[in-house]
Amino acid sequence: MHGLILRTFQVFIEDTYGPMTWAEIVVGAGLDVPAFEPMLNYPPETYSALIGASELGLGKPAEAIWEDVGTYLVSHPNSEGLRRLLRFGGVDFIEFLHSLDDLPDRTRLAVADLVLPELELTDSGNLQFSLRVGDGLPGFGYVMIGVLRAMADDYGALALLDTEGGHRGEQILMITVIETSYAEGREFELAANTGGSEG
Amino acid sequence: MSRLPEEILHLLCPLHLLLEPTGHIRQAGPTLHKISREPMEGARFLEIFEVFRPRAVTSMEQLLQTEGRKIRLRLRSGVRTPLYGVLVSDGQGGAIINLSFGIHVLSAVRDYALTSSDFAPTDLAIEMLYLVEAKSAAMDASRSLNTRLQGAMVEAEERAFTDTLTGLSNRRALDALLERLKRSGDPFSLMHIDLDHFKQVNDTLGHAAGDHVLRHVAKVMTDVVRQDDIAVRVGGDEFMIVFGKLVLPNRLSEIAERLIRRIEEPVIYGGQTCEISASIGIAVTEGRVGDPAELVEQADMALYASKRAGRAQYRFFADAPGGDNSVQQASK
Repeated sequence: MHGLILRTFQVFIEDTYGPMTWAEIVVGAGLDVPAFEPMLNYPPETYSALIGASELGLGKPAEAIWEDVGTYLVSHPNSEGLRRLLRFGGVDFIEFLHSLDDLPDRTRLAVADLVLPELELTDSGNLQFSLRVGDGLPGFGYVMIGVLRAMADDYGALALLDTEGGHRGEQILMITVIETSYAEGREFELAANTGGSEG
Repeated sequence: MSRLPEEILHLLCPLHLLLEPTGHIRQAGPTLHKISREPMEGARFLEIFEVFRPRAVTSMEQLLQTEGRKIRLRLRSGVRTPLYGVLVSDGQGGAIINLSFGIHVLSAVRDYALTSSDFAPTDLAIEMLYLVEAKSAAMDASRSLNTRLQGAMVEAEERAFTDTLTGLSNRRALDALLERLKRSGDPFSLMHIDLDHFKQVNDTLGHAAGDHVLRHVAKVMTDVVRQDDIAVRVGGDEFMIVFGKLVLPNRLSEIAERLIRRIEEPVIYGGQTCEISASIGIAVTEGRVGDPAELVEQADMALYASKRAGRAQYRFFADAPGGDNSVQQASK
């Protein structure tokens, strides 16, 4: 299991519920380490132990936690870098949706050994889309619901999201875009404010 | 050549220029308007841009000669952003030039506040910006991991009881051992060993040879001492051996002699012969077991007596007051 995925889970819980809650979940999951390194790999069973302990610790079903992780990834200031990377996908929400097929490849360009499930978008017309989320990472479909909801906000679009459910294996998300410019949306400048200076 | 409608070029090549045969700019793409303060249309191309590769260009005639080849140019005023370009003759004395920011796209985007719509949809500029940001984030994560690992390594080394070069115990282990001996009150003896001529080996044959010799000496010590004795590298070419419950002078003399003999055997490193010896000072608890630190000091004094007497020998510290008897010599 890639450390980046586990680390994401950790910072989500720390930033949302505080370090005490994280410490309790670490104990509940029986983890050997109190924190994950994003650039290291961990045994695969770590992930399920973590999800199980989080369900108990937060008193929420895993589906809801995964969705919150997705929202966190786009909207929390601590993961602004990821929001920016996602915004490179398109100039508006529709273009962003069409860029989702490339997301696993884009991810691999940045972190070569991080393999995300396949994504395949189907445009059914009338601003109706369906997104097939491949298997390989339980809950990734729910994380994507959170990501898509937050990205719609980010672009100032209004979208309805629904899923047919299922943790393991494939999952289909239904996306209905009600309006592409519903609200102002958040600012996005191509040039990063910090770092990345090439002189 | 028939003229392409303006809008087509604006969409396909937002960084294009159409030049009149006179060298004046007839049309400039929308993104170029963002990078120049003055309107480009009507101005002479070479007054706005400086073409410096493949060679400096000073006339429209020379400019046309670059047709089909990659040219490098920069704005004469403002930020002077470097650009890449290619010129194609329009067949009527004028030319079409298409430009690109190339590797300078990052600074261009920052300097001119460019957006996605300033680039052609097929342009890889946005992908490049994405990649730079993604890679910097990944590198930052790696760098911070490396820093933490380095910290952890230093900490682990500080806690370690082993000398990494020789595999013997280190000074920290010695301190812990002496503390334990102090509590137990068991008799023991100490041998303080300093290598002779080691500096010459290091200086003339290099540190690698020196390290090899130190490892060799460590092996000799492990071979010669008993299983439960502890050999310590206390630093540089200084060693200490702790003999628990062994205080018999004859037995210690035997060990010291064997150590010196074995250490004096030449060691071959990289075809070179390294020859060293050792001076040894020995201190033994007698009856009462006092402060181990005191014994360390006695072994140290005995060692320096050996050194002063001409090295390559061992001596016992004898607890007799004053004069020449304070260190008892033992012949080699």
